[in-house]
Amino acid sequence: MQAIQIVLVCFAVFAMSRVLIRFRRGGMRGFELFLWLVFWIAVVVVALHPSTTDLLAQWLGVGRGVDTAMYLSLLVIFYLLFRAFGKMEDLDRQLTRVVRANALREMEEDLAAEKSQQKN
Amino acid sequence: MGQRIIVIPAYNEERTIAEVVGSAVKFADRVVVVDDGSRDQTGALAKEAGAVVVRHAVNRGVGAALGTGIEAAVRLGADTVVTMDADGQHRAEDAGRVFDRLAQGDVDFVIGSRMKRGDEPGNMPAHRVLFNTIGNLLTFMLFGVWVTDSQSGMRGLSHKAAHTIELRTNGMESLSEFLKEMKDKHWKMAEVPIKAIYTDYSMSKGQNFFVGVKVALKLIFRRFIG
Repeated sequence: MQAIQIVLVCFAVFAMSRVLIRFRRGGMRGFELFLWLVFWIAVVVVALHPSTTDLLAQWLGVGRGVDTAMYLSLLVIFYLLFRAFGKMEDLDRQLTRVVRANALREMEEDLAAEKSQQKN
Repeated sequence: MGQRIIVIPAYNEERTIAEVVGSAVKFADRVVVVDDGSRDQTGALAKEAGAVVVRHAVNRGVGAALGTGIEAAVRLGADTVVTMDADGQHRAEDAGRVFDRLAQGDVDFVIGSRMKRGDEPGNMPAHRVLFNTIGNLLTFMLFGVWVTDSQSGMRGLSHKAAHTIELRTNGMESLSEFLKEMKDKHWKMAEVPIKAIYTDYSMSKGQNFFVGVKVALKLIFRRFIG
């Protein structure tokens, strides 16, 4: 077994343990758990038997199995990046809504307090 | 006539805010300063100078501050709203001219344009003219609206516009988003020539090249995905 195979398998096992811990704490839905486990198991399989990617390569029409794995991982990374970016934008907007609601409430409270002070 | 309210988004502007508010109160019934999470005395100085201060607990960007300011103005009973910068680059009398244009009642949205020549010659530095032209072109390509100063911080909103505007972006890109709103909601627009005061201070506060690139990317994102 090559050193890179050991590293990849160890990392995949570590990643799966993190996924399971997150799932158990309720930070992840069952479907997400399933997808991540499939992904990391695929990583283990490919790491131990690199030739399996050749089958996929043949089917997709890409020259070498390793190239196919590279293309696919790039695709996955870009997708995740895109999703993370979108998620961040969402959070940004939600944070603004919270900050705005608070600011306006405080303004109205301040104005009401000033008014009642003037009356006294 | 209903209330005229000036909205000023401000982030760490303690050097200029008191003077800006002091001159703005002469041209409006009320001045609302949105203190966008400043770490200096901006909020306190604005209040002292006579503004109603709305304070963001954390910095959210000029677009978010404008959104909050317009909402505050509506709650305070605004009939028309004019926004202006806190760095001292706008003259309060120009805000008065924007109010006057709105008061004619035929438009919902007024841009105080630094590029439109009125009775006074424009005085924008050359590289600003270039950035601004790029901003205008991008705004046109993305939102299909042509204006002479898409990045101007001085804008006027009618009662209808102030009550219906929805800004989703937080930063500088919201300036172009106003125009998207205008197009989507079929507001009629006019441009009023204004004169900007360029000091070393206001120049250091404005958009630089990298901010411009970031704004452009966010606008493209907003147009196609957001």
